[in-house]
Amino acid sequence: MRGLVQDLGAASMSLVEGLGRVAVFGGAIARCLVQPPTRFGFFVRALYDAGVLSVALIALSGFTVGMVLGLQLYTTLTRFGAEEGLGAVVGLSLVRELGPVVCGLLVTGRAGSAVTAEIGSMKATEQLDGLRMMAIDPVHFVAMPRALALTVAMPLLNALFIVFAIAGAYVIGVSNQGLDGGVYLAGLEGAVRFADDVGQSLLKSLVFGVLLGLISTYKGHACSPDAAGVARATTSTVVTASVAILLSDYVITALWGV
Amino acid sequence: MPTSLGPGGSTLTGSAEPAASAGEDYIAVRDVHLSFGHRVVYRGIDCRMRKGGIHLLLGGSGSGKSTLLRMIGGLQRPDRGDVTVADRKLSELKERELGEVRKGIGMLFQNGALLDSMSVLDNVGLPLREHANLSRSEVAERVSRVLYAVGLTDVEALLPRELSGGMLRRVAFARAIVMEPEILLCDEPFSGLDPLNVTRIEELLVRLNSELGLTVVVTSHHMASSLRMADQMILLRDGDCVAGSPEVLAGGDDEGVIEFLGEDGRAYLARLNELREPTREASGRERERDHR
Amino acid sequence: MQNNATRDLLVGTFVLIGLGALGYLSLQIGGLEFGQTDRILLRATFDDIGGLSVRAPVRIAGVKIGQVSAIDLDDDLRAQVSLEVESDVGLSVDSSAAIRTAGLLGDQFISVELGAEDEVLGEGEEFAFTESALSIDKLVGRLVHDAGVSD
Repeated sequence: MRGLVQDLGAASMSLVEGLGRVAVFGGAIARCLVQPPTRFGFFVRALYDAGVLSVALIALSGFTVGMVLGLQLYTTLTRFGAEEGLGAVVGLSLVRELGPVVCGLLVTGRAGSAVTAEIGSMKATEQLDGLRMMAIDPVHFVAMPRALALTVAMPLLNALFIVFAIAGAYVIGVSNQGLDGGVYLAGLEGAVRFADDVGQSLLKSLVFGVLLGLISTYKGHACSPDAAGVARATTSTVVTASVAILLSDYVITALWGV
Repeated sequence: MPTSLGPGGSTLTGSAEPAASAGEDYIAVRDVHLSFGHRVVYRGIDCRMRKGGIHLLLGGSGSGKSTLLRMIGGLQRPDRGDVTVADRKLSELKERELGEVRKGIGMLFQNGALLDSMSVLDNVGLPLREHANLSRSEVAERVSRVLYAVGLTDVEALLPRELSGGMLRRVAFARAIVMEPEILLCDEPFSGLDPLNVTRIEELLVRLNSELGLTVVVTSHHMASSLRMADQMILLRDGDCVAGSPEVLAGGDDEGVIEFLGEDGRAYLARLNELREPTREASGRERERDHR
Repeated sequence: MQNNATRDLLVGTFVLIGLGALGYLSLQIGGLEFGQTDRILLRATFDDIGGLSVRAPVRIAGVKIGQVSAIDLDDDLRAQVSLEVESDVGLSVDSSAAIRTAGLLGDQFISVELGAEDEVLGEGEEFAFTESALSIDKLVGRLVHDAGVSD
């Protein structure tokens, strides 16, 4: 029994310690943002890796999620004779929750893990030490552009996801099930409001982007400098970032409603 | 040809006397203790490196050679004791100040540590672009000059993965010296290379030391070339070290050294001694040939 | 390995498309408005606001001219609703504000009926005539009661 309590205490301590280290790392990245040089070239390359290369996945997933949503909701709404509300329900659920969260989880798996793997393998091959010996801060050179790119890419991918999902639901509802296209769009436009819904979506995706950027770069920098360490760090990024996204989603939703 | 011989006599841990001139203490390791978890790496080692000398760190694997090199570069902090480079105590410096010290140090990592997504030109030119105010063409010009000095031409556009082992090592070398540092730290520069490249690198080190006065610290397994070059050999064993010029150490007369190394150590020294004589002659001949 | 120019182009395109999607969501679907249309604040007091909530639309002849900005209780414990209305819509001082339901079971909104006077309501002024929300259960209850009474 005592052993269990001790283990629990130790686990909590290391959790808090870990949070502290991530926060310190976040502070370092923030400081780097205001120091020259801007490293715009690296930022663009990172944005390519995180954003452009994720578009296919996001578009396909968005469209599929939209189709499933359309199908599920339409069938359910028909039971209440409220099919015309499809646009509204699809719009609200996508914009407020499904869009940012599903997009966040997908990008975590695709781009977040890639960033951790890249930085981790740089650590394992002493490239980060090499930078230090050239009096170049590895956080400024490697982590900052990637974290920033993930932060910027997330809201953009979120918007794409939602648009594709709306299209997917449209295809199912209108072409497949015979709902009137105009009614669908009118319901959508009527229910979704910028201040409440799109604004919240934007905020969520920004927060998720920041969290992912921070977690993925930190885990790459902090990993054990060998192949197994890099692999562990990559998995850890996906798990930790996913949990962080889901938790912060709850917090934002709750606070926004206030 | 290395200039004067290193400190005459051996330096045993614990009984070391601080050397007379400041030049002797250009790089100084004082009473350093370091452990990684339960594994003790150093239990209080002392050594000094003279400015402008070629210093060799020798020892079996796991004896802490690379770690000592990293400590001189400030990448590793000791648990106790301090490392001083050019009169600056590294443990007292913040990361930014450490960066200033590092601008005068070039480090050659065992696997090159080149940035794998950047071309040779970008890699070698990186310190210049970050710290020197040069135009693009000036950077390109300096890079091609330093690449030529290490015996490479027309490689600027290649990526690290497209280079052979020897070429990679030499590109990393070029990067380490492109900012004209005062100290050059080399981690196993000869490992995994064919004899031709070993000779090339060795000649480079000697030339850099004699022509530019660089202080060179090298970790190595490679006995023959080590002896050719070194002013001072520092042997690491069991968390301790013993240092001296190759003649003194290999001579096998010093009681302290023999005691330090033990039975197997004596055999090692005997082998060192064997290699020393013929190779010194050979290198003398080579240098004559070069001068013509 | 893609060269820099192609990559930069793709990144730029990505950003543009992403911003476009964001813009579409915000403007077309979300109804974000640019340029401040001048608005004035009007008040209306109701006995019962039913299910009216903040940001519910204010319509005249079915067309949206503003929205509910706040709902409070006044000293008499009646509901005081603040409305933001486009200033270039002149509402005469004897206009009435009623709480109606969109469709049978939809959201509630404020429907304004124009009065006959020339003078228009200015900033901070109050509607003279208001109609509280009709609640379905009260109506049904009355119907049943009336039916019962007639027997």
